[in-house]
Amino acid sequence: MRRIDAMAIIAEVADASNALIVCNLGYPSRELFSVRDRPENFYMLGSMGLASSIALGLSLALPERVIAIDGDGAVLMNLGTLATIASFAPPNYLLVILDNRVYGSTGCQPTCTSRCTDLAAVARGAGVRDVKVVSDEEELRMSLSGSGVVVAIVDPGNADVPVIPLSPEEILKRFMERVSPRMRRS
Amino acid sequence: MFNICPGELVYRGLKRAGINLVASVPCVNLKELLCLLSSDPAIIHMPVTREEEGIGVCAGAYMGGRSPAIAMQNSGLGNSINALASLNMLYGIPLLMVISHRGTQGERLVGQIPMGRLTEPLLKTMGIKFFRPRPHEAEETVEAAWSIALNEKRPVAVLLDIKFWEGR
Repeated sequence: MRRIDAMAIIAEVADASNALIVCNLGYPSRELFSVRDRPENFYMLGSMGLASSIALGLSLALPERVIAIDGDGAVLMNLGTLATIASFAPPNYLLVILDNRVYGSTGCQPTCTSRCTDLAAVARGAGVRDVKVVSDEEELRMSLSGSGVVVAIVDPGNADVPVIPLSPEEILKRFMERVSPRMRRS
Repeated sequence: MFNICPGELVYRGLKRAGINLVASVPCVNLKELLCLLSSDPAIIHMPVTREEEGIGVCAGAYMGGRSPAIAMQNSGLGNSINALASLNMLYGIPLLMVISHRGTQGERLVGQIPMGRLTEPLLKTMGIKFFRPRPHEAEETVEAAWSIALNEKRPVAVLLDIKFWEGR
């Protein structure tokens, strides 16, 4: 499965279920933008490793479904997030790790998942109850209705897609404008 | 001079500011504050594994309409610098940071000294405003710091040194 095809499936399911997306920086965000841009997509431009954490904060603030799209390299940078996700376990939260076994945006240097690290086992060990591993498009589509963590095995390599033509302020503003009517009054 | 412990004064400031989600990594000085946060049903208290993770959680909470703060030791500022710069400062996401400032006068642990000395210079270099209230100013300062963060869409720090936690 190519990552951009996985991205298209996640975006399609998110759109159909009105879910918010927080997407890892670099090519993953560029691919998501090119397959299905929507204001409910938050594209990260920095702070590698924090997609799952930003999405976790969102999922506790809002009743809406939130999907974090992250990579193996980024999750390895913030492994503690899996323990925090397990301990809060919001039912409206799903972390999809697109594991291509490399740092794709920096020239495909291998990550530890290319040798021996099993992120699904790490997530289970951290206490996440619902962990799935998928390797084709149909399995991926089926896995997206749940909560917890999905590890989707994808091919290394980036699609030839342009840089996102939005400023950081624009990305945040349109996301929050779309989200604000749904905000819980507390 | 005060019957109320310094941690409770900080808690009252957070309540006055309307803070309703707090990510935290513990420091012994934050002990009372963290207990108060955990027992307040109006506040989501999220213990996290590392301060940088908390910066991400708080950013997401703000995007979802919450008023977030992080409570941590100044060592955690060092763990958070890239996130503060390339998330909060890049997008314009406000954050209140309540920081126990170790390595200040009265510190007993040598390991706290380097970050103790670097805390103010790091904040200055990053252009992050910070305040150093005495205990009797804490409520007001915490409230004002959040209001600046919100208006300027930036992180703001409240530094609470060893003297502060001794009630001085």
